[in-house]
Amino acid sequence: MEKRCLDAQFKGVSTGTTILAATFDGGVVIGSDSRASIGGEYVSSKTINKVIQVHDRIFCCMAGSLADAQAVLKTAKFHLSFHSVQMESSPQVIAAASVLKELCYKNKDELQAGFITAGWDRKKGPQIYVVSLGGMLIKQEVTIGGSGSTYIYGYVDAKYRPNMSREECLQFATNALALAMGRDNVSGGVAHLVVITESGAEHTVVPGDKLPKFHDE
Amino acid sequence: HCRMGQEERTSGGGLSTTILAIEFDGGVVLGSDSRVSAGASVVNRVMNKLSQLHDKIYCALSGSAADAQTIAEVVNYQLDVHSMEIGEDPQVRSAATLVRNISYKYKEELSAHLIVAGWDRRKGGQVYATLNGLLTRQPFAVGGSGSSYVYGFVDAEYRKGMSKEECQKFVVSTLSLAMNRDGSSGGVAYLVTIDEHCTEEKVILGNDLPTFYDQPPKYP
Repeated sequence: MEKRCLDAQFKGVSTGTTILAATFDGGVVIGSDSRASIGGEYVSSKTINKVIQVHDRIFCCMAGSLADAQAVLKTAKFHLSFHSVQMESSPQVIAAASVLKELCYKNKDELQAGFITAGWDRKKGPQIYVVSLGGMLIKQEVTIGGSGSTYIYGYVDAKYRPNMSREECLQFATNALALAMGRDNVSGGVAHLVVITESGAEHTVVPGDKLPKFHDE
Repeated sequence: HCRMGQEERTSGGGLSTTILAIEFDGGVVLGSDSRVSAGASVVNRVMNKLSQLHDKIYCALSGSAADAQTIAEVVNYQLDVHSMEIGEDPQVRSAATLVRNISYKYKEELSAHLIVAGWDRRKGGQVYATLNGLLTRQPFAVGGSGSSYVYGFVDAEYRKGMSKEECQKFVVSTLSLAMNRDGSSGGVAYLVTIDEHCTEEKVILGNDLPTFYDQPPKYP
């Protein structure tokens, strides 16, 4: 279905995609584009959803090899639901991220998958964790990934502020995705956005023609 | 595939860099970082990559340092001859065409991208991109390895009809963002502002560059 887009000039391997997550005052926004392409020439799906729910208030975006990422997520979902039954409460976001990290680190020679995990839990509120290709786990306020992310490093550095409001953060994430999709030819389609707060998770889809337009469009 | 701003890595004296030029009503602003790297080593941390081609025409160098400098020197000479022949200051488009002619003819051997910008009496401020031998006039142009990281920022922030000061601020912010993310860009920021009345060269030192939310506060 989706082939790795060999972007050797920037990093080893990255999927043709743009994913991001950002924290705001009271929650997180996690989002992605929706294009799956074969070798950067044929768009095999225009509307694939790359934001996967692993628990009520915990979502993940995948980077790297899609096959590896799907396999890891399936295992992680199982581990997490078992863990939450044992703990008799909802899992913490760091639990979900740690499960992914363990799988990625222990199998680092075979796997090529990275994740952005974002969610809300009662203990620490909104959090974002990045599990990189080799299995490093770090917590970040805002993070971007995928081949399209290269083009928006400057935008995110300049425009992100901690403790934005929900609307500001949603606009920031939509703009960042739109800019990346505008420059990266293997990212595109619609923007999938999920807003996670104490009260739950809300999934919005912004179709291509409703995405913000910039000066040259 | 060829991507604007992403040059092949040259092993000896590469100018992988961040350069940009933007046009405003009445002139242009050019900006560059100052790092020259050879592999993992920074061989010059204060190189001025904004090279003068004529009184009111500058070019910004990126890619292989040797190739870019040579092109700039040759075009400088050719422009001098040309301006003597026509008896007046050359047009920016002429300078860009001379650069383009070299880039296109020797495209297999050379690995450099020059952005040509300046002011002339006929068309005011102009910016030309000459990547790989094309010639195109644009309201602004970015180039070098660091440019990839700031495409989103410049797409979002550029507006038509900015003033000279707004353009300078835009260039400095863009350079600062690129220098923070690109390993091959860094050092200080060089700025050149060209308009009808003057050509102003400026250096902005590292600790005077704008900082962003994730950086510690500037030195006092």
